[in-house]
Amino acid sequence: MSSRNSSKAFRVSSHWVVGLAAALALGAAALPAEAATVTVTIDKLVFSPATITAKVGDTVEWVNKDVIAHTATVKGGWDVMIPAKKSGSIVLKKAGSVDYYCRFHPNMKGHITVSP
Amino acid sequence: MAIRMTAVLAASCLFLAGLPAYAADAPTDPQIAHIAYTAGVVDIDAAKLALKKAHNKDVKAFAKDMLRDHEAVNKQALALVKKLKVTPENNPTSKALTKEGESERAKLSKLHGAAFDKAYVANEVAFHKQVNGALKTLLIPSAHNPQLKDLLQTGLKIFEGHEEHAEHVQSELK
Repeated sequence: MSSRNSSKAFRVSSHWVVGLAAALALGAAALPAEAATVTVTIDKLVFSPATITAKVGDTVEWVNKDVIAHTATVKGGWDVMIPAKKSGSIVLKKAGSVDYYCRFHPNMKGHITVSP
Repeated sequence: MAIRMTAVLAASCLFLAGLPAYAADAPTDPQIAHIAYTAGVVDIDAAKLALKKAHNKDVKAFAKDMLRDHEAVNKQALALVKKLKVTPENNPTSKALTKEGESERAKLSKLHGAAFDKAYVANEVAFHKQVNGALKTLLIPSAHNPQLKDLLQTGLKIFEGHEEHAEHVQSELK
């Protein structure tokens, strides 16, 4: 499944890259990949970096430097509370590309691309 | 874009109308601090009323958000003026804001149920539009102290968020 997605994503690249990607994907399947934590800082109502990439199983942690609470919310999906001067996190469970925003301040927007 | 600009200009004219003595001059930092703080108090008082009277759960949640955010921003504003040794100065704009807020609350307190919810949220949209317009065209450009300007700029972002949030709640009520 993951190797098929990889070859799709790399279709424009050379066969060598496809082969390498497939090998890496196989390797990842054989050895459970170490889950990473991607940190997004919130300062003055800005998600930074605004766009991140992560893998299924990774954690995204939002560190809120503002004195007001925020959320990271996907319409029809997950919702993370991020209290003032604290942090909130989520473990990514599904591959895909999602836009998220803050329910309290919908002018705050971010994006996550989750690869399998 | 043109319509938006007009609305902003109209909003700042509304503000200037409440400030006849200073209409020609820009407000000073102590006055700006007082105006921003007063606008926060007006919205906090409206939120407290809404927490008692609102029926719809989204309206209640919105009022809670307004109370929490505006209290946090005003707390920060107080800390800043203390640090800068600035004494906020009452002025005709602050007085007009307080008076407008009182009469709006008097109107709202006569309403019940869905009628209250609609009127409160409509007022929140209008109030944040008015304040954001004034911040953009008058208060931020007039502020001298960089830390005050910075706080006002962050405030504007927060209140623009509130405006969008209020508009969203309003669209769900219809």
